[in-house]
Amino acid sequence: MISTPDYIHDIRADFPILQTKIHNKPLVYFDNAATTQKPKIVIDRIQDYYETKNANIHRGVHHLSQVATQDYENARTRIQKYIGAAKSEEIIFTKGTTDGINLVASSFGALLKEGDEILISAMEHHSNIVPWQLLADLKKIQLRVIPIHKDGTLIMDEFDRLLSERTKLVSITHISNTLGTINPIENIIRSSHAVGAKVLIDGAQSIQHGDVDVSSLNCDFFVFSGHKIFGPTGIGVLYGKEKLLEEMPPYQGGGDMIKNVSFEKTIFNELPFKFEAGTPNIIGGIALGTAIEYIESIDRKSAFDYEKKLLTYAEQELLKIEGVQVFGTSSEKTSLVSFNVGSIHPFDLGTLLDKQGIAVRTGHHCTQPLMDFYNIPGTIRASFSIYNTVEEVDLFLNALRRAITVLS
Amino acid sequence: MNTFKEKQAAIIADFDVFDDWMDKYELIIELGKEIEGIIPAKRNDQQLIEGCQSRVWLDSSFSDSIMHFSADSDAIITKGIIALLIKVFNGEKPETIIKEELFFIKEIGLQEHLSPTRANGLLGMVKRMKMDALKHV
Repeated sequence: MISTPDYIHDIRADFPILQTKIHNKPLVYFDNAATTQKPKIVIDRIQDYYETKNANIHRGVHHLSQVATQDYENARTRIQKYIGAAKSEEIIFTKGTTDGINLVASSFGALLKEGDEILISAMEHHSNIVPWQLLADLKKIQLRVIPIHKDGTLIMDEFDRLLSERTKLVSITHISNTLGTINPIENIIRSSHAVGAKVLIDGAQSIQHGDVDVSSLNCDFFVFSGHKIFGPTGIGVLYGKEKLLEEMPPYQGGGDMIKNVSFEKTIFNELPFKFEAGTPNIIGGIALGTAIEYIESIDRKSAFDYEKKLLTYAEQELLKIEGVQVFGTSSEKTSLVSFNVGSIHPFDLGTLLDKQGIAVRTGHHCTQPLMDFYNIPGTIRASFSIYNTVEEVDLFLNALRRAITVLS
Repeated sequence: MNTFKEKQAAIIADFDVFDDWMDKYELIIELGKEIEGIIPAKRNDQQLIEGCQSRVWLDSSFSDSIMHFSADSDAIITKGIIALLIKVFNGEKPETIIKEELFFIKEIGLQEHLSPTRANGLLGMVKRMKMDALKHV
């Protein structure tokens, strides 16, 4: 029998929004794969910055500008250390995962030639499909897709078959946002490097569910969003190997990314600023640093282990309900469960769960090709985080049973 | 024949008896099951209003100076709200459909279903009902 440990209750107390009531019912927030909630320390940091430190960075000689610059760059260093990057120059602040992928598609894409190939998988989020389609049209390169098994795992034999000397980039999600599958990225990176291909890891989901070490992974790019790791929206990170980032042309032009501008010739700034045109999301970067500081302050190993137990419990109890079909049944899975109940439309179940205070996601989760693969309009996705409790899973299951009764 | 306003007032009264949201939705689901809709074999792409979450099919015609609508959805709650909208709009003159205020949705607390973020196809359906009515003014 699983119970919610005290340290999870302690973590939970750090997140003010979790005390909210929705339709007069206690909020059960199971939409963590879409965005995580923010601990008080992050919220306070944002308020404190605007109340006492607000200034533009990198240029000002005045005190506030110096303080803000220092805080922003400290956040970069904290993130660098958290994900195991060798240098802070390899940490590019972006708007989020989507922005990071678009940056790579544009700047790394500029180095590609007709006939080159990019490999993605059938379980990618639209943001790891569409930028490559745009690039493929522009540069006449081929986009190839690694198919998946019914259980939501990659067909690795097909990956081996599709990978060739023509493959210049493999862009793949670490963890599927729809199925929860954890992909064998270590093998993928090793095999890709053997044929000279670079690898981009979409870490949007993995960043909140376990430690990531880009150096030991040896990936070439790693992208994630701040808001999925208890930080604010509108800030994200692109990690790239220094040598690669040096070779790539800038993404956008503007202030901050230049060393010297004349009408004859502009000299670009060095890394990471070469990729950070314009006034950045200063407080976003600083508050993301605080979010990382928060994770570092808790016993995250225990919390991540607990998340897995919570998933096992939820799946096991869900499957006791008649008609439940789970999509994504890999043994290597993170804490989300995607399912349907008989022929009930996910939108109907989602609506009735909402009225009972349960926040889940319904629909195609920005993975329409995956929905086509399973021939379904969408799923209901319950995704957990380190502040969710066993009692919440029980509330969710009860609400689901009631919704099913009403809809049957 | 009730007026456009009276039809809406009657629906509001039907929903007023329920305090619990789940009861309101039970009624919506019942209504969704009752209406005929458009059987899948008769649906076509012209009728389709694509929502991100659910899909809606709408068919409209005009005779004897009034509009007739039939509609369907793959989601039963969406279909139930369609039933309510059709009850109000059916048999009305095009001018009424275009000009008169549609207030019952908000009154019974279902406005979220007609918000652009809900993406269930209903907002698009109401817009198209009005556009179809406009062709006959």
